Amino acid sequence: MTRSSRTGWMLSAAAVAAIAAVLAGCGGSSSSSSSAISSSSGSSSGSATSSSASKSPVVIGASLSLSGDFSADGQAFEKGYQLWAADINKAGGLLGHPVKLDIVSDASSPAQVVTNYEKLISSDHDQLVFGPFSTLLTVPSSKVVNRFGYAFVEGAGGAPAAFGNGLKNIFDVSLPVIDNLVPFAHWLATLPASERPKTAAVATSDDPFTQPQFPAAIKILQDAGIKIVYNKVFPAEVTDYAPIATSVASTKADAFLLGSVDVPTVSAFIHTFIQQHYNPKAFIATAGPDQGAAFLKAIGGAANAEGVMVPNGWYPGYANAASQKMVQEYVAKYGGSPSDVNADVAEAYSVGQIVAQAVAATHSLDNSKIIAYLHSPVSLSSVQGPVKFDSLGENGAAAAFAFQWQKANLVQVLPVGSTGSKPAEYPKPNWGS
Amino acid sequence: MSASSLIKAVIDGILTGGVYALMAAGLTLIFGVMDIINIAQGALIVLGAYMSYVLSVHLGIDLFVGLIITIPAFFVLGVFIEWAFMRRLRDQERTAMSILVTYAVAIIIEGVLSVIFGVDYLQLQAPYVNSTFHLLGFYLPYIYVFGFLLAVALMGVLYYILYRTHFGRGVRGSLQNRAAAELIGVNVNRVRALSVGIGVSVTAAGGMVFGATNSFNPSSGYDLISRLLSIVILAGLGSIGGALIAAIFMVTLEDVVAVVWSPVWATLVYYASLIVVLSFMPNGLFGKAAVRAQ
Repeated sequence: MTRSSRTGWMLSAAAVAAIAAVLAGCGGSSSSSSSAISSSSGSSSGSATSSSASKSPVVIGASLSLSGDFSADGQAFEKGYQLWAADINKAGGLLGHPVKLDIVSDASSPAQVVTNYEKLISSDHDQLVFGPFSTLLTVPSSKVVNRFGYAFVEGAGGAPAAFGNGLKNIFDVSLPVIDNLVPFAHWLATLPASERPKTAAVATSDDPFTQPQFPAAIKILQDAGIKIVYNKVFPAEVTDYAPIATSVASTKADAFLLGSVDVPTVSAFIHTFIQQHYNPKAFIATAGPDQGAAFLKAIGGAANAEGVMVPNGWYPGYANAASQKMVQEYVAKYGGSPSDVNADVAEAYSVGQIVAQAVAATHSLDNSKIIAYLHSPVSLSSVQGPVKFDSLGENGAAAAFAFQWQKANLVQVLPVGSTGSKPAEYPKPNWGS
Repeated sequence: MSASSLIKAVIDGILTGGVYALMAAGLTLIFGVMDIINIAQGALIVLGAYMSYVLSVHLGIDLFVGLIITIPAFFVLGVFIEWAFMRRLRDQERTAMSILVTYAVAIIIEGVLSVIFGVDYLQLQAPYVNSTFHLLGFYLPYIYVFGFLLAVALMGVLYYILYRTHFGRGVRGSLQNRAAAELIGVNVNRVRALSVGIGVSVTAAGGMVFGATNSFNPSSGYDLISRLLSIVILAGLGSIGGALIAAIFMVTLEDVVAVVWSPVWATLVYYASLIVVLSFMPNGLFGKAAVRAQ
């Protein structure tokens, strides 16, 4: 290859790469948001939008998985952050300054997320940062954010792995995942003996979000006399779930607990169970069924979702005024119905609310003051409910719920008798019914 | 672990291996005739799944009938990709540079799909997707059986075209010695464009079966590429029949390990088997030299 043809080729390659980057960006890579709809976003400044707009913006950086394995969750998180930004600006911004989001994509990569936060803080000089999606990305990014002394408020890094590094800057506004499956296990354990499952199967992804959820739940089940007939971990990157799901089906376990991080995992198990004519009396998956319409589309419609459960700290019908307002705003801005709003949106929105309350209380954008304030014994509020951080940064005030798909709606069913809970369908109806 | 579980794992492995072979066929063909490693293969598979989705949901066309439309459409797409991207790659840098260029193609496809369809996961639906038939005590999903038969049929056609026709001889001749092929009247650029078109057109079928057996979104292709590459390397780069054998071998081995031992070890064993085979057979089960001489 001659020098001129090599140069031409390199220019062509650069042009192709540039086009590719632009198109990938159209999927929602980088954005800034300062639009407005309403209030209830956590601001206490009370300033008018017009007055805040004239001041310099407060830039808040965040790295989100806008492509890659977590793209569905990452883009939902982006919507949550944008909804909050719109609301806070409508309410006068942070300390009278409009909020501008500086969101970059990490492509679901634990390496890229570290680079992104270094850039957001040291190069872009964003005053504040919000967390990424998933514990997998929160753990590495929290270390680099801590190095810069920034507060790291996040909504999707609730696994123990995120709090075991001795960091004082990390705060998770959502439910600590270790308690996620407890209401479900308690419910099964307290069913009348004649109805209680005799056997249960457990399969979980090798992921810091899923695995910590099972020890407590399994102990509760075993103490109630429920025999665990299958308990295996599968790699995070599985392309063929059929042998695992078929193995579970062959046990004919009465209850099935799936440690999933996304929709495809749950969808693969459901499709295989249908094919193998296996219908457990109770079926719960740690993530996936909470993805609303996206979940229904993947599994072939609401009929296949009937009776499927998911643990969480929030759902679109949550009886909380701020939550219902956020859901209305979401539907108004992005279309669809309330059931299309998944928990990621609420988790992201809550991050903004908590940071806004800390900024308002400290009258400062100083990260060290925000960290100190969030570690103080103060009770805060979010669309997911009350927030009170313990010494590790976990939200000790969050309540664990379980939700179930009933007639195309995700409804709260556990804990039994708690406000908003409806009776759970048990045994789960057959697939497609 | 019962004997029936083991047998079921073997059956699942064979049927799923056929699906993977179908997805890998285009990859091995394009490498075999052009020395181009098509990193965009995963994205093309996902594109095939989306095309089948559009035809099925918006036009009510059955998934398999829709291949009458998607396969020719992908042939045209393949010819375009060869003309727009691959033809610019020459001589000794072709293989290395093809990785960069086809990766860019993958990102373009992912970006376009994200704009059009969003990032929510989909799965192709049809009456036979979840239906099964009972045979010797096992429930066998129709979609996997149909996918396997489709894979065998299409790869048989591919093999015939490449190794038993005048066109196929032209394809292999132009690769072995471009100048000599041109001297005897072979239009090398045309032959290569048609070859890529054929390789990509088969991917449309692989995409349909993938979309009917897995949830997918625009990013799903990246999870596939390492697996597909390992299959074509084990088979011997360029070997169509070898891809089918290698896919069945590796997927069956993985499924058996997942059932007998643990799913955690299944992936490790999958790739370890590749290393072991290549240690004794560096050119794969059906090495390139042998492939081109067939």
